[in-house]
Amino acid sequence: MWWFKSKRSAASAKERLQLVLIHDRTDLTPAELNELKDELIQVISRHVEIDPDAVQIDLQHDGRTQRLVADIPLRSVTRRRAG
Amino acid sequence: MTAQVVTISSGKGGVGKTTAVANIAFALAASGSKVVCIDGDIGLRNLDVVMGLENRIVYDIVDVIEGRCKLRQAMIRDKHLPELYLIPAAQTRDKNAVSPSDMKRVCDEIRPEADFVLIDSPAGIERGFRNAIAPADRVLVITNPEVSAVRDADRVIGILEAEEKHSPALIINRLNPDLVKQHDMLSAEDVLDLLGIKLIGIVPEDESVIVGSNRGVPVSQDPKSRAGQAFRNIAHRLKGEEVPFLDLDKQAGLWDRIQKMAGRR
Repeated sequence: MWWFKSKRSAASAKERLQLVLIHDRTDLTPAELNELKDELIQVISRHVEIDPDAVQIDLQHDGRTQRLVADIPLRSVTRRRAG
Repeated sequence: MTAQVVTISSGKGGVGKTTAVANIAFALAASGSKVVCIDGDIGLRNLDVVMGLENRIVYDIVDVIEGRCKLRQAMIRDKHLPELYLIPAAQTRDKNAVSPSDMKRVCDEIRPEADFVLIDSPAGIERGFRNAIAPADRVLVITNPEVSAVRDADRVIGILEAEEKHSPALIINRLNPDLVKQHDMLSAEDVLDLLGIKLIGIVPEDESVIVGSNRGVPVSQDPKSRAGQAFRNIAHRLKGEEVPFLDLDKQAGLWDRIQKMAGRR
């Protein structure tokens, strides 16, 4: 019945705004963020072994402060030796 | 007396800047403060008609700045509230007729004689906006719970931060509690979370606001209007008083609930 069909569009408004505001505030486009991610992976790979596909780099906001948050799982050295 | 200069700004047009200035000014003046409003929208004068003072204009802000009249002569006294004044915008000039330092000079001249100077900023983030924020001790950013208005408010807040203006406060205007309950409108909490500044008022959507501007008598003069109550609360908070935020859930009256049950809303 039509009145049970909640569109719940507010959640999508908030999600879209979160993204657009972060890019407006930092003047960083999603393409530039990807480029930054690739370069970071290259630099880190020179020193430790990582799985490039597992790397997560996001812009997050906390009040009016923007934060670049990177989650870079390292490959275990012992496991590599055992294998 | 040293007036506090308060500028109301939004970035986006049509979110309710002029209505908010008129309503907060009336509420402040009705509670005993001396208030001078300045219409900062040169070329698109509107505060006069919302305040119901359009027939009394002789001189405007550009006349003051260019020395064609004394400040007093351009201050139009309200019909009902003797402590409320308006300095209208020029209608036939553009924003370049005024500079940020002109605005500071005019406000400095008013400061010793009033409690509040309220400046209605034009939309946009260009010269007119810069003029309006230049003399401000405080900036109130007004927005609607809607994507484009929130995005533009964020730009304005960013510029104010860069200008190192005293941290702005947020007015969320035209909030529809029923739509929020249906999850089809950003809630006040959502907007605050996105913009990350402190709140000074939530104004519910209210038909009486249009009726008020039709008559040139802002709704903060109407004791029954919910929006009027919200604007009066903002005025009290500007004076430094602690006022709890309205419980907007109580807004739906019996008739609204009957209509909703009947599926008409």
